[in-house]
Amino acid sequence: MSEIVKTVAELTTYISDLFDYDSTLQDVWITGEVSNMTRASSGHWYFTLKDADASIKCVMWRSAAARQTTNPKDGDALEVHGKVSVYAPRGEYQMYADLARPVGAGDLYAQFERLKVKLEMEGLFDSERKREFPAVPVKIGVVTSATAAAFQDVLNVLRRRYPLAQVILSPTMVQGAEAPPQIISALDRLNMFTDVDVIIMVRGGGSIEDLWAFNDERVARAVAASHIPVVTGVGHETDFTIVDFVSDQRAPTPSAAAELITPDKRDILERLGRTTEMLDGLTYDAILSRRTKLERVQGKMTYISPGNTIRISRQRVDDYNARLLRQQKNQVTLLQERLSAKIAALEAANPRAILARGYALITDEDGNRVTSERDAKRGSNVDIQFKDGKVKAWIRGEDDGYDQPTLF
Amino acid sequence: MDMISQLSFEEAYEELEEIVTKLESGNLPLEEAVELFERGRRLSDHCQKVLDEAELRVNKLTDDGELVDLE
Repeated sequence: MSEIVKTVAELTTYISDLFDYDSTLQDVWITGEVSNMTRASSGHWYFTLKDADASIKCVMWRSAAARQTTNPKDGDALEVHGKVSVYAPRGEYQMYADLARPVGAGDLYAQFERLKVKLEMEGLFDSERKREFPAVPVKIGVVTSATAAAFQDVLNVLRRRYPLAQVILSPTMVQGAEAPPQIISALDRLNMFTDVDVIIMVRGGGSIEDLWAFNDERVARAVAASHIPVVTGVGHETDFTIVDFVSDQRAPTPSAAAELITPDKRDILERLGRTTEMLDGLTYDAILSRRTKLERVQGKMTYISPGNTIRISRQRVDDYNARLLRQQKNQVTLLQERLSAKIAALEAANPRAILARGYALITDEDGNRVTSERDAKRGSNVDIQFKDGKVKAWIRGEDDGYDQPTLF
Repeated sequence: MDMISQLSFEEAYEELEEIVTKLESGNLPLEEAVELFERGRRLSDHCQKVLDEAELRVNKLTDDGELVDLE
C-alpha cells in the first residue's frame, strides 16, 4: 500500500473546502477586542479580534469598509459579522468581515426596531402628519450643538444659498445621556419663544451610540408635537434615526437639511433677472405699440389734411383736363370724318363731274335748267353748258324725224 | 408707495411682480406705464443690492428665550 503524498496546495485546497462548505463558518458573528487596526491606502481594513484565550485575523474589503458607520480603533469591543476562510499563501485562516458594530449595538438595533414599530403603529410616521414648510423661510431655527461641525456646515450652506435668512440657534448637546432632555428643551424653546418658519435638527455622522439621542422616544414625541415644521439631518446618508421618521422631512445630512429648506440665491437672481427682463420688455412693447398707433394716426392725418385734398383735387383737375383733351380730339376726328364723307357725297353730286362724263346742261335765258321737252320752247334761246365751256343755241323745233344724231 | 430702500427683498420683489402683472394687463396710460417701469427698475436694483449685500444673521436662543448674538 503506497502512501498518497499531497502537495501543500492540494492540502490547503482540501482544508479551504472544509471551511467553505461549513455553514457556520460562512455566516458568523464573533465578538472580541480590536488590535492591530490597519486601514490600508487601498481602503481595506486589516485587524485582529482577540479575547483572553484566542485571536483571529480579520480583513474587511474596501467596499464593505466604506459602508460602516463605526470607526473601530484598537481596544474597542467589536461585534463582527462575516465568513471564515483560508488564506492559502500563508496557510492561515481569517475572517472576511462585512459588518462591524460596537458591542451592545445589537441590543440598540433591537430597541430601535421595537420603538420604530411602536411609533409607526401610533401613526406618528403617517404621511398626512407631514407639514409643508415655506419655500422661502425668513427665520430658521436650528437645533444642534453650537460647537458641532454640523452647525458650521449648515451656516456655510445658508450663507451661500440664502443669506437673507435669520438663523436662530437653539443650542443643545447632541450625544450622551443628557442629550435627549436638552434636545426636547431646545425644540420647545423655539416653539415657545420664536416665530421661526422651520426648524432643522442636525447632527454629524457617528456611531449608532453617538446618534442614539435621536432614537429616543421622548425626542421623537417632542418632534411630533412641535408646532413648527421640523426637518432632520442626522448622521450620514445611510443613517436612519427614529426622529427621521417622525419629522416632516428627512434630509440625508445636515448640509442637505439646510439646502432643503432654502431657495438657492442663484435661482433667485435668475428669477429676478427674468422678471426684470419682462419689465423691460413690457415697457418697450407699451411704447412701441403707442408709436405704431401714433404713426398710423399721422398717416391718416396726412391723408385727410387740406394739403392732401388740394393734391387730390389737383390730380382730379389734371384727370379732367386729360379727358377733355381726349374728347376734343375725338370730336375733331369725328367731324373731320363726317366732313370727308360729305365732301365725297358732294363730289359725287357735282354737275361738273357729270359734264365731265359727256353730259351737257341746258339753261334758259333766265338761267333755269331745261330738263324736259316741254320746257324747250321753240324759238327760245338756251345756253348749253359743256364741261369746258358754254355755247348759245336756239331751239328750232321738235324732233320731226330729221335724220339727226340722237343727243342722248 | 414705500421708500424702496426700506423694503425687504421679499417686499420689493413682490411689488416688482405686481408691477409686471399690471404692465402685462396693458391698457395703462403711457405716463403711468413709464412711471411703473421706473419704479420696477429701482425695485429690481434694490433686490439685487439686498441679495448681494446680504449677510446671514445668526442668533442664539438662551434658556430664557432671549435672542443674543452668537459669541
